Amino acid sequence: METVDYDLVIIGGGPAGLTAGMYAARARLNVVLVEKISPGGQVLITDLIENYPGFPEGLSGPDLTDKMVAQAKQFGLPIENGEVTGLDIDGPVKKIILADREIKTRAIIIASGASPRTLHVGEEKFSGKGLSYCATCDGPFFRDKDVVAVGGGDTAVQESIFLTKFARKVYLVHRRDQLRATKILQERALANDKIEFVWDSVVTGLDGFFGVESVKVKNLKTGEERMIKADGCFIWIGILPNADFVGDTLKRDEWGFILANHNMETSVPGVFVAGDVRVTPLRQIATAVGDAAIAAFSAEHYIENMTS
Amino acid sequence: MAKDIMDIEDGTFEDEVMKSDLPVVVDFWAPWCGPCRAIGPIVEELAGIYNGQIKFTKCNVDENPITPGKFAVRAIPTLLLVKNGEVVETITGLTGKAKLEDMIKTLL
Repeated sequence: METVDYDLVIIGGGPAGLTAGMYAARARLNVVLVEKISPGGQVLITDLIENYPGFPEGLSGPDLTDKMVAQAKQFGLPIENGEVTGLDIDGPVKKIILADREIKTRAIIIASGASPRTLHVGEEKFSGKGLSYCATCDGPFFRDKDVVAVGGGDTAVQESIFLTKFARKVYLVHRRDQLRATKILQERALANDKIEFVWDSVVTGLDGFFGVESVKVKNLKTGEERMIKADGCFIWIGILPNADFVGDTLKRDEWGFILANHNMETSVPGVFVAGDVRVTPLRQIATAVGDAAIAAFSAEHYIENMTS
Repeated sequence: MAKDIMDIEDGTFEDEVMKSDLPVVVDFWAPWCGPCRAIGPIVEELAGIYNGQIKFTKCNVDENPITPGKFAVRAIPTLLLVKNGEVVETITGLTGKAKLEDMIKTLL
């Protein structure tokens, strides 16, 4: 049998990856977790998590990340730095291609998560100059200023509420006439005097010389356009999968999210998936962790069959 | 926090960073900024490696609002790389160790 470096490689160090890694380490698999930059994933930039079970007082994203990392390391999970650029997964030995090396493994769990969608209105030039996807990172720079936030889901609403700790006013621009966010978050936002809702509208452009100075908004129902004077524009309109490295090797949906069955098995035997990167009706820490436990269990089973 | 990294304030920035003999890395951060917390250990690791050749500093933007404004820092984490009183590089956002190390080495 061809030699491999590992039984299992986990790609991605967010809640899904860390949970799968912990389960794999406890199952005494020869496992490694490969993380591009730093463990935590999208959880890292949230200031408050209130709906992850076990924490009635809530906790910050960084704190939850620290606990998950500590727990996984406690059982001996090795976490390495590396960026996966491709996969070679036909056959019993899978190759994971990174920038500087290749890793040979029997099984893979892809837990690479997702990243924010962008507006595609030429806003990139304002990156670091008023355009942001992270309220906890950049909120403080907008003390007593007006900002625009775009979106209507949980992230947009929660982060807008967070922004009101600093900003004078938050214009929440949403393309529908009601929010998608969880009701409790909607209640808080509607009760917050600093949030002004701009319904049925989309952002069509950002303007400014030294940085963002105004945001162009169009009402989809009336066609009316207006300029909102703002020093910042925060974009929270959903996420796209971090799965470019997958290419055509696995079956994915039209958005690029990876398809899997209830055992977290993808279209290729030996390759499993967990968390936001897969096709799923709900993307939460709680679902990522659930996926990961199943993926690790399935992977362990698969490896046993391959090596017995 | 590692003793290899010095805390910088609005009042000490000029002397400790702009007038430093050694090249300086300034890590702008805030306590509730997750990516700042994540990049912290990476910067600490690099500080341990290049201590003596490069001066590593940290600036809490919440307590020191003047300095970020002077350097048009409107997002964190941001690392400023300073040599002989001039900003030679600005790195914004959570960046991996390999890339950071490559950029920091250009200060030597």
